Amino acid sequence: MKKLVILILVISGFAEISFAQIPDRPVPPRLVNDFANVLSANEREFLEDTLVRFDRATSTQIVIVTVPDLHGYDPADFAVQLGEKWGVGQKENNNGIVILVKPKQGNSKGQVFIATGYGLEGVLPDAIVNSTVIDYEMIPYFSENNYYKGISNGVKVIMEITQGEYTAEQYQEYYAKKSDGIFPGLFIFLLFFLIIPLMRSRRNRFYSPGKSLPFWLAMGMLSGGRGSGGSFGNFSSGSGGFGGFGGGGFGGGGAGGSW
Amino acid sequence: MKRMRFVLLAALVAILFSSCGYNKMVEMEEQVTSQWAQVENVYQRRADLIPNLVNTVKGYAAHERETLEGVIEARSKATSVNIDPKNLTPESIQQFNQAQDGLSSALSRLMVVVERYPDLKANQSFLDLQAQLEGTENRITVERQKFNQATQTYNAYIRKFPQVIYAGWFGFDKKTYFEAQQGADKAPEVQF
Repeated sequence: MKKLVILILVISGFAEISFAQIPDRPVPPRLVNDFANVLSANEREFLEDTLVRFDRATSTQIVIVTVPDLHGYDPADFAVQLGEKWGVGQKENNNGIVILVKPKQGNSKGQVFIATGYGLEGVLPDAIVNSTVIDYEMIPYFSENNYYKGISNGVKVIMEITQGEYTAEQYQEYYAKKSDGIFPGLFIFLLFFLIIPLMRSRRNRFYSPGKSLPFWLAMGMLSGGRGSGGSFGNFSSGSGGFGGFGGGGFGGGGAGGSW
Repeated sequence: MKRMRFVLLAALVAILFSSCGYNKMVEMEEQVTSQWAQVENVYQRRADLIPNLVNTVKGYAAHERETLEGVIEARSKATSVNIDPKNLTPESIQQFNQAQDGLSSALSRLMVVVERYPDLKANQSFLDLQAQLEGTENRITVERQKFNQATQTYNAYIRKFPQVIYAGWFGFDKKTYFEAQQGADKAPEVQF
């Protein structure tokens, strides 16, 4: 038994080591992840607020990540793997964006890469990311050490370009349709566990309404719980923070630069 | 009574198939096939960019004919190799890989030549094409990685107990990985 426990610990340890370089998904989920500490608390908060509002309005998720070190990764590879690991963007639209910034430190070059999810490759082609966003809006400020200005300008342009692509209504419609799908399943479930036993007990003349009432109640509670849970978990209504990542995928789209 | 028994047996077999992973094997195999299609898709994207690139470069560097022709030739070679995703053998993957590697090296030769033409490097449409080409190379890397992941999941699954016993009966064989470019482990020679 002890050996088994040790074995499990060792295996899980290995699993962690092989992923350790790409940071884990933040808990609670955040859109601005300043691991390299280049932004002030105010700037971070302002960016987070802008991005959360954009996510709520369009369902497009833009994540900002600054890291002090790429651990030998190519910036494109790092950004794409991080996006996949965190699941940035909605699963059905793949509309996530990862803005990865590795600030210039000493002799090492500063590097930036913007990875676009599958669903945004059309509206935000690599050439646009490369020239319009990175070369014109970001690198000029990054090379003056003004990371906030570069990031916020870049984000602003990206938001303008991607604004029309997805809307939160589309997204809500999708979920409305999806939750319809529960009902046939629920019906079959009820048929088997409620209606058939009821009919049987009636035929056998063992049916007593008082006895089956708690069962009905329990069923009602169960089905109620199913209908509202899960699917709408991503909407954080009213004020409050970011609702969570949606599980979008990345295919290597985007562009990068260095200074 | 006999018919009843037969129905029961059929139901049992159906349950066994779905619970013992037959369906899962089908799903995973499908995943590998569709991921292969995705790999071919991004290579096609690269091939589609090349005519435009060659034309732009030609405008500035017309006398680099040899290099440009090399790219066009490698492109037509690469696009002529297509593999049926249902029939992914090590040989066919190798063949595909070789043709695409030929195109990669022809393209990198072109990019070296381009360095000598500052006017070309300042041309916006060339810069855009370059960004697209880089993006495509990134996509190729990602899709190849995903293909290998899908293959690995599938291979590991069919070799696990108890699937290992009956995977072969239904024709679920081990699939080939997409291997790294030959010689990619050797650093390129630099000549001055």
